[in-house]
Amino acid sequence: MYRLTITAGQILVFVVFFLAWELIVDLLHIKPVILPAPSRIAEVAWANHELLLRNTWPTFIAISLGFLWAVATGFLIAVGIAYSKIIRDLTYPFLVTAQILPKIAFAPLFLIWFGFGLMPKVVIAALIAFFPVVINTAKGLTSVDSELLQYMDSLGASSWEKFEKISLPWAMPDFFAALKISITLAIVGAVVGEFVAAGEGLGYVINASNISLDTELMFAAIVCLSVLGVLMFLTIVLFERLLIPGGQQEGGVQATM
Amino acid sequence: MSSAPGIAIEDLSVVFKTGNGSLTALQDVSFDIAPRSFLSVVGPSGCGKSTLLKILSGVLQPSKGRILFDGRPVDKSKIQGQVGYVFQRALLLPWRTALQNVILTMEVARRDMSKAQREQEARRWLEIAGLKGFENRYPHELSGGMQQRVSICRALAFQPKILLMDEPFAALDEITRETLQEELLSLWAQTETTVVFITHSIPEAVLLSEQIVVMSARPGSVLERIDVPFARPRDEATREKPEFAALAGRVRGLLRHSTSTAAAVSEEA
Repeated sequence: MYRLTITAGQILVFVVFFLAWELIVDLLHIKPVILPAPSRIAEVAWANHELLLRNTWPTFIAISLGFLWAVATGFLIAVGIAYSKIIRDLTYPFLVTAQILPKIAFAPLFLIWFGFGLMPKVVIAALIAFFPVVINTAKGLTSVDSELLQYMDSLGASSWEKFEKISLPWAMPDFFAALKISITLAIVGAVVGEFVAAGEGLGYVINASNISLDTELMFAAIVCLSVLGVLMFLTIVLFERLLIPGGQQEGGVQATM
Repeated sequence: MSSAPGIAIEDLSVVFKTGNGSLTALQDVSFDIAPRSFLSVVGPSGCGKSTLLKILSGVLQPSKGRILFDGRPVDKSKIQGQVGYVFQRALLLPWRTALQNVILTMEVARRDMSKAQREQEARRWLEIAGLKGFENRYPHELSGGMQQRVSICRALAFQPKILLMDEPFAALDEITRETLQEELLSLWAQTETTVVFITHSIPEAVLLSEQIVVMSARPGSVLERIDVPFARPRDEATREKPEFAALAGRVRGLLRHSTSTAAAVSEEA
């Protein structure tokens, strides 16, 4: 009962937000060029749905490629960091410093390096999505309960068995926490890439309608991008639910102690 | 695997390097363990009981001395895969069900068994431990006592030659502890395994064991070995016998003496 009431309440918060927006625009006579009402955005989005859908696809591809690239390399480097003291000691200061840098600022540079189109978008998305994967996964892999690893040693387990049966599943909650951060960063990266170096994609539509002061179309593109982002995020949550049983909260074995 | 060997521990010493010098955890520890017997080790905190278990489980190499199975010296690699381990914490894998947790040890240490055999064996053990119907529960859905039962099943299921237990019931409440002590005895009766059991509880050691090794405070060495003559099966009635209290009193006296001596020594130093 509580659960149901809360869910209804949560939906209500969204409804109240959009209603308030609609009302404020209406009552204060705000010009559409400054802030269009939600109803107006919906109309414009529908009128331009072909244009928006056509431009959603390249953005989706750029986010996906950048994200997958970041996850694959980030995961491998995290394994290297977790299992080799030399790799850890050598690369850690560099990784931490690189994570602090405003990587978005490199976007215009990538236009020079990789030209116009898909490549710069993917590179920026991958670059900013990469660090949380490395740092979180390495943290998960190195936080394994040492008594569990000793237990596996007493059974005569190989290094691979310890990795596959203990460390990897142990790190899964941290890994998925990283994926959720990374996917949102990959979206930011891809859109910034489209701002500076693309002739298509939702980021390009936002930028182009900004230049022509078409705020309504700009908002419609932002809505598209938001829906795309939420769907990609939920896909990861779905995988997380499927792969990690309920009892394994972040932090591993605590529940069974 | 074949029947349990007689185990001989000969002149075991363990010295740890520390920041300023070295620390002797065990000094010249020697005793035999008869095949298929139940031996408890009691001693004050820091007497190196857990260090002893780490050596017996093949995780730690002693600085001096050796371990013999049936008269043959065994090193770390030979011990691995032959010992079951139960800790104070159940230490189950939260992403595996009770059944999958029991199967874990067989996956690693019993490559001769097929997948179906492993599952069948795990189900059999869970049933003996009174966990039928809980096979597909995750650890967080089980009580502390149930988790420790799963942990014992996991340690016994691959038929280790030795079962090492490091204060396995210390974290449980009194009633659960007594139930599990009796259950452990009936589980053990189904095996050919030799048990080495570490505990702080004197009544627990007296109830469960054939022999009790009393250890001194650091550096740990064997003070005395005591035979426990009570017939099996042991149960509630065993606890009530006057001989039970007398034997527990004797162990307590030895421990008191060793602790006060150690305190006097450390005051002098």
